[in-house]
Amino acid sequence: MLSTGNKIKPVQSPLVKTPSKAPTGIAGFDEITGGGLPHGRTTLLVGGPGSGKTILALQFLVHGAQACKEPGIFVAFEESSRRIVANATSFGWKLAELQKKKLFFLDAQPKPDLIQSGDFDLGGMLAALEAQTREMGARRIVFDALDVVLALLPDPATKRREIYRLHEWLLAHNLTGIITAKAGGDEASAIIEQPFGFMQFMVDCAVILNHSVAQGVSHRNLRVQKYRGSSFDENESPFLIGNSGLEVAVARTPGRVDAKVSNERVSSGVERLDTMLGGGYYRGASVLITGFSGTAKTTLSGAFAEAACGRGESTMFVSFDSDCTEVIRNLASVGIRLDRYVKNGCLRMISARTIAGSAETYLVRIKTLAQEHGARCLVIDPVSAWYKSGNDLTAQSVADRLIDWSKGDGITLVCTSLLDEMSNRVESGSPLQISALADTWIHLNYLVQAGERNRGLSIVKSRGTAHSNQVRELILSDAGVTLTDTYTAGGEVLMGTLRWEKERAERVAHEAAEAAAKLKRLRLDAEEAELEVRLKSLQTELVAKQVEKALLVRSTQSHEGELSRGRTQMKELRGADATKPGRKVGPS
Amino acid sequence: MSRHALFKFCLYVADDAPNSVQAIANLAAFCKAHLPDRYEIEIVDVYREPKRALTEGIFMTPTLVVLTPPPVRRIVGTLSHTQTVLLALGLTDITE
Repeated sequence: MLSTGNKIKPVQSPLVKTPSKAPTGIAGFDEITGGGLPHGRTTLLVGGPGSGKTILALQFLVHGAQACKEPGIFVAFEESSRRIVANATSFGWKLAELQKKKLFFLDAQPKPDLIQSGDFDLGGMLAALEAQTREMGARRIVFDALDVVLALLPDPATKRREIYRLHEWLLAHNLTGIITAKAGGDEASAIIEQPFGFMQFMVDCAVILNHSVAQGVSHRNLRVQKYRGSSFDENESPFLIGNSGLEVAVARTPGRVDAKVSNERVSSGVERLDTMLGGGYYRGASVLITGFSGTAKTTLSGAFAEAACGRGESTMFVSFDSDCTEVIRNLASVGIRLDRYVKNGCLRMISARTIAGSAETYLVRIKTLAQEHGARCLVIDPVSAWYKSGNDLTAQSVADRLIDWSKGDGITLVCTSLLDEMSNRVESGSPLQISALADTWIHLNYLVQAGERNRGLSIVKSRGTAHSNQVRELILSDAGVTLTDTYTAGGEVLMGTLRWEKERAERVAHEAAEAAAKLKRLRLDAEEAELEVRLKSLQTELVAKQVEKALLVRSTQSHEGELSRGRTQMKELRGADATKPGRKVGPS
Repeated sequence: MSRHALFKFCLYVADDAPNSVQAIANLAAFCKAHLPDRYEIEIVDVYREPKRALTEGIFMTPTLVVLTPPPVRRIVGTLSHTQTVLLALGLTDITE
């Protein structure tokens, strides 16, 4: 029997076993690295000027001190600690509090008046740090801008020796260390050429920070170059320096489970559109509304936001076109009242005109804000604004990630996309090509006909829902947004006045027909009445005739009776013989 | 001006690291040659007194701190370049 069957232990390959990690607390970065930096090992941070090395390193220390009970030491070779602390306050990190016990800053900037004579080493610093580490029980340490001090060393061999000394020291003390170093300009790979380029081979983890400008828009991204003993996301991940430190944009990591699919429907805010979609949008779906400017894209998305708030769901409305107050006012003119929901905190309006930067910046900012707000419904109006900020490829990948993220979080996303009327009349020309990713695609169009522009709405696609194939006319009025059927006449869709005329003509024809029928009935009634009257008079006449006839009969009878009686009397009077039977009576 | 002044040195070394050992020897030789009978040397081992190194801001070893005559100067390295040291101490005119 299989008595030992339930005692089989899952065999874990030693290769799969990952070393323990020191979380950095940087949104996204821990996901890329699968938990943080290698614990007790050294990480090299390479980047050009202003690429965010110091902030990343400092954030790592702050997180360690605040959340992981791992005190840290910051060795500043370049900036004075006072300046670093001052700069960090803008991220809301209370360094002054931490500085007492959990965070120690060591100012190790080489003095400008330093006189150098002969060879030297970093033994003094390590001795000082060792004492400090022991005293405060530090677990994390950052050497910021190590290249500054290395530059003082006379030859590559010495530099190499000092780096090894440092590395050995870090390993010996089981400290999780970050060493930051500059890379020349934008080319992060240029560090290999530098005397301390071999550091990348020595350390257990290397992260390259990049700051580049594409079409006048700044882009920051980071890439984990190596990570010994752990899997990691090998692609460049865009990041930005936000209000609370670094935020790294992560693509969906392979380990993440598929988003939960919901069958729940949410209203689009327009009753007849819900009908067209067979009940509304799916919860967690991404909806794309395309159209030229002025086709009521914002209005339609506003209607969705209002409906969401009406259900009491936290909603966020991001407008790239106009200020929040403008959006609220404009939507109020078509009966969509968002101000009350802004007041009760259900709706958060964000004017993204104030956010400057790349598409990445927008996405990360929107993500952060949405998470802060706990948004279940999100409107981005229009998402095509990303297209103009930076290169197309980035905007494309950002849009992909936006949809991926909203799906993952179960957020129902409605985004509008502006089509350029002048250059692009093709429906499929949504610049970001998110139409392929979106679950529901509603297209708004103008129909110019008989000197009028009318708005037409059609559902191009809607995954998993039956939907109407008909073009409807979208009508905006101060009472709200409605859809009406359009008239199809001679293969053409009629809208606006033409539709109205057609409707009126039908109404008139209907009325005329009704009147005619009424008239006819009346006439028939009259005829019927007449006939009835005639029938009655004839009946009366008949009765008269019958009476007359009866009278006639009676008078004849009485006359005859009178006659025979009279004869009998005469006979009696004359005393004549009784009339013999069989004898003919009559004058002889 | 500082021809007859007393030179007070403080030399920070890292235990018996080669650089440090060399610096001690170089300093002794230098003083004997250029500052006979008017120098005082204190040798601080940063491994024994790390706190002192920390407060003094000594991160590179060996570091020679010239306490007097003012101003306080710091010379980093093995002190193998005598010319640089002379220049730093303002003693160039003597050797000329």
